[in-house]
Amino acid sequence: MLPDCAKWYKDRPFDQRGRHRPLVGLNRDCFDTVTAPQTLAQKLLSRAAGGASVMPGDIVTVEVDLIMAHDSSGPRRWKPQLEQLGARIKDPSRIVIVSDHYVPAVDAESAAILKLTRDFAHENGIARFHDMQGICHAILPEKGYLRPGIFVAGGDSHTPHAGAFGCYAAGFGATDMLGIVVTGQTWTIVPQTIRVEIDGTLGDGVAAKDIMLVLCRELGMDNAFKAIEFGGSCVRAMSMAERMVLANMTAELGGETGLIEPDATTVAHIRAHGGDPGADPLGWTADPGAPYERVVRLDAGTLEPHVAAPHSPANSAPVSAHLGTKVDQAYIGACVGAKLEDLQMAARVLAGRKVATGTRLLVAPSSSATTAQAAADGTLAVLMEAGATLLPSGCGACAGMGAGLLADGETCISSTNRNFKGRMGHAGASVYLGSPYTVAAAAVAGRIEDPRPLLQPLRRAA
Amino acid sequence: MSGRAFVFGDNIDTDVLAPGYLMKLPADELARHCLAAVDPAFASTVQPGDFVVAGANFGLGSSREQAAVSLKTLGVAAVIATGFARIFYRNALNLGLPALFCDAAGSIEAGDRLEVDPVAGQIINHTRNQTLAARPIPAHLMDMVRAGGLVAQLKARGMAA
Repeated sequence: MLPDCAKWYKDRPFDQRGRHRPLVGLNRDCFDTVTAPQTLAQKLLSRAAGGASVMPGDIVTVEVDLIMAHDSSGPRRWKPQLEQLGARIKDPSRIVIVSDHYVPAVDAESAAILKLTRDFAHENGIARFHDMQGICHAILPEKGYLRPGIFVAGGDSHTPHAGAFGCYAAGFGATDMLGIVVTGQTWTIVPQTIRVEIDGTLGDGVAAKDIMLVLCRELGMDNAFKAIEFGGSCVRAMSMAERMVLANMTAELGGETGLIEPDATTVAHIRAHGGDPGADPLGWTADPGAPYERVVRLDAGTLEPHVAAPHSPANSAPVSAHLGTKVDQAYIGACVGAKLEDLQMAARVLAGRKVATGTRLLVAPSSSATTAQAAADGTLAVLMEAGATLLPSGCGACAGMGAGLLADGETCISSTNRNFKGRMGHAGASVYLGSPYTVAAAAVAGRIEDPRPLLQPLRRAA
Repeated sequence: MSGRAFVFGDNIDTDVLAPGYLMKLPADELARHCLAAVDPAFASTVQPGDFVVAGANFGLGSSREQAAVSLKTLGVAAVIATGFARIFYRNALNLGLPALFCDAAGSIEAGDRLEVDPVAGQIINHTRNQTLAARPIPAHLMDMVRAGGLVAQLKARGMAA
């Protein structure tokens, strides 16, 4: 250790557990002798905290690289607080604002929220404002805004979605986000990491969503302040769309962030979307022997399609446990379950078939670009011919705000990520969660079915 | 601070604290629906100074701060639980609503008279003559809690332009 370190330590306060508090901007030379294996979360937070080596339990102040907000929790909440403080946004170039919750306006109140958001973005010089182009978590990768290694703070609980790209991405509430836009920084407690090692090959008709429904049951939803690292041959073989499902539903596990080590698939996706993967994207890996709280192993090859019964994602079981449950509505939507690949999964079940009488199928693609791609490759035509109703791109019924809400006593099966009581409408409604395959199978049968016998080859337009 | 205990179970989510379909409403109107899906009488019977007591993973789900805002709007003085979801925990402290981890929260029953010192981490249950220890609020957050929340702290730190 260099002599300067002693002074650094002397000038720093202790935290409650007797540890020194690493702060932004400290002399990284003090710490380059540390060679203990590290989790990916440690490495990412070390960078965000200015280079200090960090240990689980340390409280760190981090510089936020990318600040993401939406119409529900962003400008609408910040504006009065900024006025109260007399403060300004520190760096508009770090901010992305997406209007996705109240889109499109259905009454004067939602119109006012969207107008406020629009005006705020304009008045504050926020160039990266996306108005009714899709769900915030879909927009970040679609626009090439994500780069492995960065710290992403989002005003939405599903912000861990971006962890699929090796970003440290965490969700925050509105006042935390206000602090971040004013100071550019926030604090966090360096998390313990659970490593989820997924090997084997998913069977046809089984998806990343099924993995997450199993993990919600097995790991529980009470992993607050923890990081989840996903690895193994199954994850390495996954497309980015499927990796995003793993990272996204880290929110359901209660985790602070969900991380996947970047690889050639990650870099190719970033480049294809006009992004910059950074100088050393493949350097963001966990060390062998990293100090995991626990390592959980899953064999993808033995996994069956799963559904989560009301009113919790952790209440999951193989689809065979719920066969025959009648559904009034099948919903394909949300950040987690309405990407192009999700619509293609549904199309493999729906091709040449019709939605059952007495059941409605609603499809809200995660972005308008997704809708355009699905139109171009023929997927959309398959869904429409089956009798699906196309809804606007946005959080929609998943957030309890848009079209597709449920009445008392109704049952819905949904490709979304949460089925809490009352979330999609009346508190007396029942919501089952499943993969897009399983949702499409239920739409065709009018009741919960195993999608695997219904699968057909993916047909693409010439 | 002292008041009555309103007791709930595990996994109280933000959709029951602040239902999505009502999120356009002003804070005081939204608060009237707080916890209605699990206790329709809560919002109309809770009094300023009362406490919400719960089990594991209180506040899981959405980042919507209205979950904590609604409790504060109704005058809830503190939330005592065996565990909190991360975003709710941060939101509550940011708003100046103490959130106390207490392993023994399960010993508190509905209607118990509590006296709570969030800074000392002490809960006295006068109805049962018990004193319960809450985990202290982390030192780096105590200044913020004392200041009354993050906005007040930012103001004190001269963040105002």
